[in-house]
Amino acid sequence: MRTTIPIGPYHPLLEEPEFFKLVVEGETVVDMDVRIGWNHRGIEKIAEGKTYDQVIFLVERICGICSTSHPIANVLAQEDLAGAEVPERAQYIRSIVAELERLHSHLLWLGLAGHFIGYNTIFMWVWKYREPILDLFELITGNRNDYAMLRPGGVHRDIYKRDLPAIRKVMDELEPANEMLTKAILDDPVMGARLKGVGVLSKEDAIRYCVLGPTARASGVDIDVRRDEPYAAYDKVEWKVIVQEGGDVLAKAVVRLLENFESIKIIRQCVDRLEELPEGDIWSPIPQMPVGEGIGHEEAPRGECLHYIRSDGGNYPLRVKVRAPTYNNLPSFEASCIGETISDVALITAGIDPCYCCTERMAAVYDSSDKRLYDWQDLVRLSQEKTEKIRKELGR
Amino acid sequence: MDVAKKIQSKFGKKVELAQRSPKRLYILVDKGDLPSVARYLFEELQARFCTASAVDTRGGIEILYHFFFDELSLMVSLRTLVPKPSPQIESIAPFLKGAEWIEREIADLFGVRFVGHPDPRRLILPDDWPEGEYPYLRRAD
Repeated sequence: MRTTIPIGPYHPLLEEPEFFKLVVEGETVVDMDVRIGWNHRGIEKIAEGKTYDQVIFLVERICGICSTSHPIANVLAQEDLAGAEVPERAQYIRSIVAELERLHSHLLWLGLAGHFIGYNTIFMWVWKYREPILDLFELITGNRNDYAMLRPGGVHRDIYKRDLPAIRKVMDELEPANEMLTKAILDDPVMGARLKGVGVLSKEDAIRYCVLGPTARASGVDIDVRRDEPYAAYDKVEWKVIVQEGGDVLAKAVVRLLENFESIKIIRQCVDRLEELPEGDIWSPIPQMPVGEGIGHEEAPRGECLHYIRSDGGNYPLRVKVRAPTYNNLPSFEASCIGETISDVALITAGIDPCYCCTERMAAVYDSSDKRLYDWQDLVRLSQEKTEKIRKELGR
Repeated sequence: MDVAKKIQSKFGKKVELAQRSPKRLYILVDKGDLPSVARYLFEELQARFCTASAVDTRGGIEILYHFFFDELSLMVSLRTLVPKPSPQIESIAPFLKGAEWIEREIADLFGVRFVGHPDPRRLILPDDWPEGEYPYLRRAD
């Protein structure tokens, strides 16, 4: 018998709506549909009435987690349009902010994924290690979130030499913590049983759905804008792109954990370089926006974030188009969820790291006899029960 | 692999190339030829489809399909003009799954009809949004 389970679009606890329709036969998901648009804010349209400087502040507010990704993509588009050069010091600062953001975003994902499968210890650990990064943001940018660092032609605020030791200290503390987390996850047989082979997205499907970022790299698609079209300081430092072949949730976790090490490596090199460069040279103004168009893209924690800007030479852009990574990653659920059991759906949807507030919605469903079927809490519970069962079977 | 040369020799006069910078190539193509050029880029040259963007211009809805060659660090944007009123163009979603959502979005916001789209439902606008109202069009007044 087929049952339809609507997830969303509203959940009283969280503010961003999204609607998933799961069609299940027994425990198995046989069809799926995603519907978005409940929270369309018309940011692209609002941007048409803002000056180029103001657009940066506007797009910073698209997402609270990767709040610096959109400004970077947007200033890259503006600089592509104007053919502007950016001072070297500003390039390193951009890289530091972007990589700190990747660290806190990947850790956030790891904690929530741990919670979904009932490993709340991981959740607690990760939150502990993530907090110093947010404090660091407050120190160097003035804000824990929405850092307002980006500006066409450079950055708004310098990272002062007196603050560099604090960045080094946080990195030195985070590295062993990330190593411990990586080992804890990779060596745990329960974790292996719970994540391995779950929600596989094949390489063919990854290319067909045009998925991005860690979702693509976990399926063996070797793409990363930081390497493929270097912006900021990524061509001036040593690091490597992490690619896994599995395509399952485990591979996605491994990609993110190993990327954390690369981010730490990048930040350390940038900090060393900031020590040598003179303070203050962080901005070269763009006097006039020419007529034309520009494309900017950058690697956000969830994948490529792309902005397109059209200018008629005036003070306001004629059109700003924003394409966030989850927009491409979300439809791939169709390929990774169908055929899986309902207790894994929470985990698989979490696997692409959609902005969590976007996925954690589920309405309670009552069938004709007024019997309650499932809501999101039930999905998480099912998922946690499954882990518990595996743990008992493995005698741990 | 010289992408510009390959496209030029494959499609000849159907395409008009403009290399703005080493990393940005814009190709003007007639809307009738667009699906074949897009298919060639995606299937033969194995470019990654990033997204499409539409702009409401005087001549009609201008749509750009952005393809990225990760290994070459080259962004190729196919530009086509879909004349008003009742703009329509053949969909590329039948062979390019990743274009399904963005075509639905452009249909919602600009009123472009994508002929042959496998799933032409609304994506962004609510179900009770009035027919024939497209929020991203510029008014003539």
